[in-house]
Amino acid sequence: MASQEIETLASALARLPGLGPRSARRAVLHLVKKRETALPALLDALLSVQDTLEECRICGNVDTQDPCGICSDPRRDAKSICVVEDVADLWALDRAKLFSGTFHVLGGRLSALDGVRPEDLAIPGLLARVEAGVDEVVLAMNATLEGQTTAHYLAERLEDFPVRITQLAHGLPVGGELDYLDEGTLAQALRARRPLG
Amino acid sequence: MALDRISILDFRNHRQTALEDTARFNLLVGANGAGKTNVLEALSLLAPGRGLRRAKLPEMARIDGPGGFTVAARLQPADGAEPVQLGTVVDAAQPNRRRVRVNGAERSALGLSEWLSVRWLTPAMDGLFTDSAGARRRYLDRLALATAPGHAALSNRYETALRNRNRLLSDDAPPDPQWLDALEAQLAEHGAAIAANRRALVEELNRELEAQADALFPRPLLAIEPTGPEERAALAEALRGNRRTERRAGRTLIGPHRAELAVTLADKGVPAARASTGEQKAMLIAITLAHGALATRGRAGLLLLDEVAAHLDPQRREALFARLAANGEQVWMTGTERTPFDPILPDAAVWDVSGGSLRRI
Ligand SMILES: Nc1ncnc2c1ncn2[C@@H]1O[C@H](COP(=O)(O)OP(=O)(O)O)[C@@H](O)[C@H]1O
Ligand SMILES: [Mg+2]
Ligand SMILES: [Zn+2]
Repeated sequence: MASQEIETLASALARLPGLGPRSARRAVLHLVKKRETALPALLDALLSVQDTLEECRICGNVDTQDPCGICSDPRRDAKSICVVEDVADLWALDRAKLFSGTFHVLGGRLSALDGVRPEDLAIPGLLARVEAGVDEVVLAMNATLEGQTTAHYLAERLEDFPVRITQLAHGLPVGGELDYLDEGTLAQALRARRPLG
Repeated sequence: MALDRISILDFRNHRQTALEDTARFNLLVGANGAGKTNVLEALSLLAPGRGLRRAKLPEMARIDGPGGFTVAARLQPADGAEPVQLGTVVDAAQPNRRRVRVNGAERSALGLSEWLSVRWLTPAMDGLFTDSAGARRRYLDRLALATAPGHAALSNRYETALRNRNRLLSDDAPPDPQWLDALEAQLAEHGAAIAANRRALVEELNRELEAQADALFPRPLLAIEPTGPEERAALAEALRGNRRTERRAGRTLIGPHRAELAVTLADKGVPAARASTGEQKAMLIAITLAHGALATRGRAGLLLLDEVAAHLDPQRREALFARLAANGEQVWMTGTERTPFDPILPDAAVWDVSGGSLRRI
């Protein structure tokens, strides 16, 4: 019979995405067995992430530095911005290593049903960046109805700026979440981005 | 014949029901509550969707049974190729999850529709012409699923955009005009596509109904009566122009969600709602058959007609049987008595149903 502490750890791990009660129990068992090596290493990694995790003041990415690694990378094209709904979408697109510009995280999508209004999204920051001089904005919203409504809304807000607005041609199944796409599909979606009609 | 070696386990009041040596016409005869419609419902689960009662899965598992159920059958494809084994299984451990098997391999429910097209007519649909406009729209949209594959997704997106716009319109604060622009663009795009699908379907149905027309069977004429423009740019424009009025109403008053499916008796020009009960039934049957001709498209077809002989006079019944014989699909019919089916008994497999058990006669 496991102690209260071990049970607590297992149930915390079981709540992580991709894990469940059985895989959490296996992970705990592994940590208990390797308590001299694996446990301290994991603990250090967790603590240092907890200490350093910050939201990037430019793009809204979450990283261990502010500005984030992407925004402070001189090889990135700061005049090209890819707008995404969530940090998860940013990571998915960045993992595909196909976009050489920077990102902007909105923090959601417009939904009257869920009470998410324009003022709840990071739109002023985006407008300020565009105002400061940007060549291209890629709207990479999810293919959901509300994602596409948000893309349309942003296109209208950006209408008066001298900037090229394109939209991700991700051809996702309806309701598809960007983060669940494989990298090949993402690459295709990015390559085939098209001007907003 | 189309479906054979059917096995129904722990489904509704059927503990273990087997149907073999099926025919073109298959009759289930028995008293009320015997379990006839339950057999049709089980067969309707060999297609995607919720079946002919639109019931939830746990409701279908036999009360006092182990919890899950199985419906399986062997299908002889229309092109005479190798038979295919189709099945729908619900495990007791996951009573809300439907698993589909095609030739022993797990597939999505859509995998079933590659092989088989299933359509049905039940007494619950009898009041369609006197029911609400919404009921007729839902009926038409269900028919469209078979002819326009993207129609369900389109309807969902339209519905989401509509609910968002209605929420903005009914809000205390004045709605953000650019947000409305964005939603109206989506409504217009999807609304126009929905209207086009419906129109194409109605045109095809009318053409098919005309081709199938005979003197004995009243022919329905279908028409769509839209509320507002159906074309994309015009609909977007009209939505924008309607903002003030619709803000007062607190909801969207134009678009395909307000269209009406109007049905008339072609020869008399009488609205279907004012036709006799028997004429209404005959029109529903005619639409179901015409739709079958559009929906089957090379697949095997299954037609489930629950209590269809009721309301029809002997002449119309004969006309119906003649049409069914010409139609080529496998037909399953139920009734409390055998006599109305006398003309087709030579071509029929007949089962006596009682207390969830079947006996071949
Ligand atoms: N989940 C269930 N388990 C057992 N019996 C059921 C279940 N659902 C419905 N029934 C029974 O099935 C019978 C109705 O069967 P049905 O096929 O509709 O009859 P009919 O022969 O008149 O068409 C009723 O007696 C009802 O109680
Ligand atoms: Mg019945
Ligand atoms: Zn950043």
